[in-house]
Amino acid sequence: MITAKSRGRQLLLQGNEAIVEGALAAGCRFFAGYPITPATEISEVMSYRLPAAGGTFIQMEDEIASLGAVIGASLAGTKAMTATSGPGFSLMQENLGFACVAEVPCVIVDVMRGGPSTGLPTNVSQGDVMQARWGTHGDHPIIVMAVSTTQDCFDITVKAFNFSEKYRTPVIILSDEVVAHTREKIFLPHPGEIEVLDRIRPNTPPEWYIPYEDNPRGVPPMGIFGDGYRYHVTGLLHDVRGFPTQRPDEIIPFMSRLFRKVNQHFYDIQVVEEESTEDAEVIVIAYGSVSRSARRAIREARKRGTKAGLVQLMTLWPFPRQILEPLLRRVRAVLVPELNMGQVSREVKRINQGATRIETLNRIDGNLITPNEILVRLVKL
Amino acid sequence: MERYEIRLSGSGGQGLIVAGIILAEAAGIYDGKFVCQTQSYGPEARGGASKAEVVISDEAIDYPKAIKPDLLLAMNQKSCDVYFFDLKPTGLLIVDSTHVKQLPTTRAVEIPFTQIAREKLGNEMVANTVALGTLAAITGVVSLKSLEAAVLARVPSGTEELNRKALEAGIEAAKGYQQEKENRGSHAPSID
Repeated sequence: MITAKSRGRQLLLQGNEAIVEGALAAGCRFFAGYPITPATEISEVMSYRLPAAGGTFIQMEDEIASLGAVIGASLAGTKAMTATSGPGFSLMQENLGFACVAEVPCVIVDVMRGGPSTGLPTNVSQGDVMQARWGTHGDHPIIVMAVSTTQDCFDITVKAFNFSEKYRTPVIILSDEVVAHTREKIFLPHPGEIEVLDRIRPNTPPEWYIPYEDNPRGVPPMGIFGDGYRYHVTGLLHDVRGFPTQRPDEIIPFMSRLFRKVNQHFYDIQVVEEESTEDAEVIVIAYGSVSRSARRAIREARKRGTKAGLVQLMTLWPFPRQILEPLLRRVRAVLVPELNMGQVSREVKRINQGATRIETLNRIDGNLITPNEILVRLVKL
Repeated sequence: MERYEIRLSGSGGQGLIVAGIILAEAAGIYDGKFVCQTQSYGPEARGGASKAEVVISDEAIDYPKAIKPDLLLAMNQKSCDVYFFDLKPTGLLIVDSTHVKQLPTTRAVEIPFTQIAREKLGNEMVANTVALGTLAAITGVVSLKSLEAAVLARVPSGTEELNRKALEAGIEAAKGYQQEKENRGSHAPSID
């Protein structure tokens, strides 16, 4: 565990600034975006940090073009990302599906604010959990991570880039207004101490390259445009050479592989943090800024004799059921506090299958749930 | 040190957010503690009761905002009226007596930060730095050395000397206040 005297470079940063630091440490050298509250600081800092690091920053005409530019940059071999909030994230959904089907690694940050529509621009919310999962049309796997502290913003962003490169998939980081604007001291590790993964490149000669050929990992090596590995990139369902197909014997292997590459690496992808769950009788399942309130609440509850524990979800999708299921069978009750009318609690109920009692705590007025609100519910569970 | 919560409040433009950042840097980077700094955002950052909060602790901080502030700095009347009732019963209220005329408690520390900045330093804009000096000297929540380093690292270049003097004026005012309190304590019965 880190202490206040831990080594590494210490800085006082906002969550948004820490996301930029994480992206740069992970090797991101391209950013295209359109400013929006409360995600603007990410664009702002990127606009001067990226050129200084030899990268490219473009302010695009809108959000869908932003993600389009990011996909193009990634196909050309550069790690790329964009950042937005709910309204802008809605506008990106079409290209998000394209990135899924064309298997283009990229990172999309959604700093959640009150919604729907322009909603509550300057207030906190967690309303985009399901949009991140199902926002783009069609059946598709996706990786979604949630951040709760400034340190998380750095660490999870690095992880998100690694997942996107490793599995050739878009990865979404869900932040929120509180995390985005809280300034905290963070420890930036030295560059050598960070695990940075890059996409696997083909080692066959270009003329032998089959761009979407299956392998045990389910993730085909990725040729880089301009390196001689010419192939067809399309949003249409395609055969192993990348050309559109309607043949079931080609569609089924393609779609199965798309899901398999995420599902068979479930244990690598699901990241959660547990506190005091070993002997817990009641647990709180939380994510994002709310998990900070929950952490305080379970510590207070323990002081009052309630055996409470916390499971903080860093990976929201695929839903970390392997870790949660054994816990659900063991505890007396579960509380799921969140800043929406019940998006993750719905998922918890789905995997629960009646094993234990699930209660929800929802707040939708644009303010963060306080530790006391959780504590009051926790001691009564 | 257990969790210590500070709320700096006043009207938009009095420099409270930058004061919050300086305080957080002093405690976090220079004193080596854990810190969280939050602030009013959007429309509420303008107008009469804007705030910046700093939570300082020896342990990692869970909830990032102030729950019951240990210390409230009010730089104008409205923020004093609005935020006083959030203060811990044992908490400390420091007001800028240039602007705060009606006090909700007899235990408030009254120092005319804006007046000091205007008359002694010739620039009202450094009232926030004067207040930081007083706040640190009275509570000891950050070391004066760290605070000075943080102030000088943050302020616009060319204003270092002015801000250093402002910090000293704030520390001086705190000492004067404490002296006065002691004198009053030994000679006159407490009014509280």
